[in-house]
Amino acid sequence: MAKNNLTRRGLLKTSAMAAGALAIPMIARAQSVTEMTMLAWYGQAEPDAVAEFEELHNVKITPKYYVGGEQMLALLAQSPAGTYDLIHADAEYVQQLVRANFVEKLDPADYPFDDFYPEFHKFPGHWHDDELYAVISRFGFLGISHNLDAVSVKEAMSYDMLWDAKHHDKVGHFDWHLPNLGVLSLRNGNAQPYDISGGAWDKLQETTLSLKPQVRGFYDYGGVLSSLKSGEVTVMPGIGEWITGVLRRDGANVTTTIPEQGGIQFTESFSIGRGSRKAELARKFIQHASSPAGQYNLANLNVFPAIIPSQAGWERMIAEKPEDARHLGMFKGDGNAIDLIRKGRIHIRQLPVQQDLGDWNDFWSAYKSA
Amino acid sequence: MTSLLQARRLSRAAYGAMWSLPLPVWLAGFFLGPMVLLIWLSFWDVKNFLLTPDFQLENWQKILTAGYFWSAYARTAAIAASAAALATLVALPCALAISFFLSPRARMVLLGLFVVPFFTSYLVRIYSWQIYLTENGIVMKLMAAIGIETGSLLNTPLALMIGLVTLTLPLVIVIQSISLLSLDRTLIDAAYNLGCGPRRVLFATVLPAARPGIVLGALFAFIFSFGDFVTATYLGGGKFTTLSILIADTVKSGQQWPRAAVVALMMIATLLLTALASIAYAYRRT
Repeated sequence: MAKNNLTRRGLLKTSAMAAGALAIPMIARAQSVTEMTMLAWYGQAEPDAVAEFEELHNVKITPKYYVGGEQMLALLAQSPAGTYDLIHADAEYVQQLVRANFVEKLDPADYPFDDFYPEFHKFPGHWHDDELYAVISRFGFLGISHNLDAVSVKEAMSYDMLWDAKHHDKVGHFDWHLPNLGVLSLRNGNAQPYDISGGAWDKLQETTLSLKPQVRGFYDYGGVLSSLKSGEVTVMPGIGEWITGVLRRDGANVTTTIPEQGGIQFTESFSIGRGSRKAELARKFIQHASSPAGQYNLANLNVFPAIIPSQAGWERMIAEKPEDARHLGMFKGDGNAIDLIRKGRIHIRQLPVQQDLGDWNDFWSAYKSA
Repeated sequence: MTSLLQARRLSRAAYGAMWSLPLPVWLAGFFLGPMVLLIWLSFWDVKNFLLTPDFQLENWQKILTAGYFWSAYARTAAIAASAAALATLVALPCALAISFFLSPRARMVLLGLFVVPFFTSYLVRIYSWQIYLTENGIVMKLMAAIGIETGSLLNTPLALMIGLVTLTLPLVIVIQSISLLSLDRTLIDAAYNLGCGPRRVLFATVLPAARPGIVLGALFAFIFSFGDFVTATYLGGGKFTTLSILIADTVKSGQQWPRAAVVALMMIATLLLTALASIAYAYRRT
């Protein structure tokens, strides 16, 4: 009978050595991989968005997702400086980020603005006192999104169609006041949809309330997708290709039309968080996102597609994904995305100028409850 | 001898205190503490999206004078009361059958089955109802097959009731069944001996005796429905703004936690009053 030589001390020693050996690669990896934090809209730091950069720079990006600019501001207000290295924000909130001292100044020379369409060389929301604080990453238009089986592009050329009796109980809302009230403000003929007088604000409330009998429901992101796809709603004002682009990938016969009265532009951007200890790495990330390759990638994110400001990125989209590029408005000639901006049909989404944001919030609650 | 008795009494008191302690500790830590915090929060301010300790009445004034708050309040109460009434009416025949017509074995199996829905996430159950009720969903297709054309049932009061009854019915059935099973059967025999027919036995003997269980079942259904967010959002499409949706909107817009606290406190006050009134009615001597 073989003698068992394994003493308790021997067992402990062997176990410790084995555990140490197993842990070495992890320790080595942990030492070499840099972690960078990103505060971002949902889905903007998923592998399809950041994996390439992570591999190139041996970095791990840890996202903290938010839904809505106000939640983003609250998260920043509750966190010490340096918590977030990168901040992904909509343009209308960048000025608030600057005022609250949440973001670092950027050097325009660091980023390939020459490749961007001229409209984005000095995008208003991203500059403050002639200093740059955010670099545009992508943008999109909000108008009328509709099911083509029920609503033609011609029909969707006016917001007035929302009141058509045949769309009774078929109009849906993305549950956020800014884009909805923005497009209805355009329908009322306000040249600056968010900078409206008291009288125009009263009129806008009246117009919006008159739409309520047509409304099927108020939806979050998932609800918007499923209700448009199932045919539960056939038309939605204030959303865009960021929804219909995703649905089309799944075979739905939907599109977004910018009515004659105009559309609203949302704009995403990247900033470097105040006090970031990875500011240099964050700067490299923004450079990567602004490069033609990074821009092409951003146009096709899984979370939703969007228009990019890079001219080289457009060329590549037209060559490699012509159908997606066409729907997004990235094509040559009349009616493309830049053409719509130049013709003045697109207005940048912003916070209300003459009213308090709280007033718009309260009215939206009242509208939902009406 | 006296000191031995005293020591025994002390030890018995300590033993009793040990068993009694968790309840006040739990109440203080998980009810009174958060409640005090919630009341305090309702007087705070929000500056630059940051909660700031303060003592101001503006949040209360803002919410209690807002028309949309009172319309949401009335709607929530009406929806919860309807769901409680519906769940009670649907549950009663089931509970009567379980209590009086089934063998003990079948009764245990059936009551066990009513617990099974709680093993699945309520959110998942509501999502699956969407598949049934949506445009071109299963219900619409079944109705079309028998020649009845219906539109989508989602975002309708019916969908709301389906969701809330899904949430509350199993619990109401279990509470009613327990109440009916603990009923003194000699009362029923006595009623029959005195010449009552089955209907009179039910309405004059069984239901009055089971009143605490029936009222408590309805109360639980009301409480769950009153605070429910999932059904109102995913089967009601956010179209029927309830107080839970209003809380979510208030927090989402401008991070107004103090105003959301006011709404929450109004909900708690309503539920406390309803519970006290219901319990008083349930155990009222007739």
